[in-house]
Amino acid sequence: MNSQCRVIPGYRLSVSYTLLVMAALIVIPLGAVILKSSSLTWDQFVAVVWTKRTRSAYMVTFGASFAAAVVDTVLGLLVAWVLVRYEFFGKRFFDSLIDLPFALPTAVAGLVYSSLFVENGWYGQYLVPLGVKGAYSRLGIVLVLTFIGLPFVVRSVQPVLESLDADVEEAASSLGASRWQVFWKILLPALRPALVTGFALTFARGIGEYGSIVFISNNKMFDTEIAPMIIVSKLDEFREADAASVAVVLLAASFLMLAVINGLERWSRRHEA
Amino acid sequence: MAGSTVELLNVSYDPTRELWKELNAAFIPAYKAEKGVDVTIKPSHAASGAQARAIMDGQQADVATLSLFPDTDALREAGLIKEGWADHFPNRSLPYTSTVVFVVRAGNPKGIKDWADLVKDGVEIVTPNPKTSGNGRMSFLGAWGSVVINGGSEADAQEFVRKFYKNAPVLDTGARGSTTTFAQKGQGDVHITMENEAYLEQKESPGKFEIIYPSISFFHEPHVAIVDKVVDKKGTREVAEAYLKFLYTPEGQEIIAKNYFRPTDPAVREKHKADFPEIKTFDITAVAKDWKEAQTRFFGDGGLFEVISQPVE
Repeated sequence: MNSQCRVIPGYRLSVSYTLLVMAALIVIPLGAVILKSSSLTWDQFVAVVWTKRTRSAYMVTFGASFAAAVVDTVLGLLVAWVLVRYEFFGKRFFDSLIDLPFALPTAVAGLVYSSLFVENGWYGQYLVPLGVKGAYSRLGIVLVLTFIGLPFVVRSVQPVLESLDADVEEAASSLGASRWQVFWKILLPALRPALVTGFALTFARGIGEYGSIVFISNNKMFDTEIAPMIIVSKLDEFREADAASVAVVLLAASFLMLAVINGLERWSRRHEA
Repeated sequence: MAGSTVELLNVSYDPTRELWKELNAAFIPAYKAEKGVDVTIKPSHAASGAQARAIMDGQQADVATLSLFPDTDALREAGLIKEGWADHFPNRSLPYTSTVVFVVRAGNPKGIKDWADLVKDGVEIVTPNPKTSGNGRMSFLGAWGSVVINGGSEADAQEFVRKFYKNAPVLDTGARGSTTTFAQKGQGDVHITMENEAYLEQKESPGKFEIIYPSISFFHEPHVAIVDKVVDKKGTREVAEAYLKFLYTPEGQEIIAKNYFRPTDPAVREKHKADFPEIKTFDITAVAKDWKEAQTRFFGDGGLFEVISQPVE
């Protein structure tokens, strides 16, 4: 019998099982992608992943995801705030509605948004004459990603808001702090880790999103083509190594972003009062 | 063998759903009566280029009835179809042909008569993406050819197609997607599509659209082929051969003509002369050495289509 005595039995078994699942579902498939792209030389690799077309696609992918994440962080905080701090008729219904983007196939989201914002759509008939093209445009991508990412921020912030003690705020306002000061100096710092988490999740989700953007995109290069579309396009041209190469770039960017956000979280936690 | 069911998978291009539904409904009872074998046919419809890739990735298609020669030829290069496949069936494996025409809204408010009208300011073109769609590639080649065949230089043609795609607000993946965008979503002023799709569009919404025949257009040759590797593995060669041969019978050709595809049987073609107006057409050799060169030069990585899609600095 093992000399080490664990409180929870089955340590070796559970570690082995976890590692096996992680290897099979995550490490090996990712490794396969990297292996596929390694059939190209470095020069070929760069020639594939760093062209005008791919640079435009990276800009659209990361730019739209970033914009959507920023909007969602603000909107999500607002929504979470209302859901936690106020009582109103139908509150529980709206609360469960927030989970809709999670449950919906994102392609449906893209289809619905494009139908709404197209020239003869419910919104589009008023917005397009004003020059606001919500369908088949970069704006459309941001709109759809905002929709899809909203639950991430709301569900990250809600539990933190709920668990905040009212006495700190009460003490502050009894000492003469204005409502704005209470929000800015007490609530926001407490919510910052949750907001950063929500932002990160929305951003990551946006980068990987495909189905919804296919429907809202105008499918034109240098316009609304996102990086995952280039991968599919390369596959359509029967060029799998090229497709894998672009995938590797996206992978690397995602890892980098995760590292940065983790670092940010650690930094913000260290600077907490 | 009599009484057992044979299942065929027919992988076709985007706008052929109605055609094959009718052809299948006619072939299955006819074959049962002749050979006593029950046949079920599974259809598959999507953009031609995407379908070719799916077959190469392992989709077990018994027959490939794709839109353009290079899509079917890619299957030969992948070892799925034997050499010389194009001569296996009559008329270079073409039971039907088509061409590229324009569909405009009733009354033709933007006054579109020919290719040159498409690049005018304020005209919105709906057509698929050449990277994935056969229809898309033919629209490009039609636009390109309309310039070079009439004596324009390659530089003129390049500028023309640049303006052409600038006037396209959205490029769907396949032909049927463009039809939906134009006819149902109400986008665009002119829909560049295949003749068979144009008539279908008109039939679905009578009185809403008009078909305009340009002065010159691309000759659409959608070859049909048996996927040798699959039929030999599944043992369905005999049925697949009979299936595609059925397209050349008078019954098959009638169904083809009824669905607005141009039949290649001279007698049937003569009978339906009124349905298919004369139009001057050109094929790939008029604008490139062959399909392989056209694919690389126009539609490949860094090709002309990508170059003209870039925003002007």
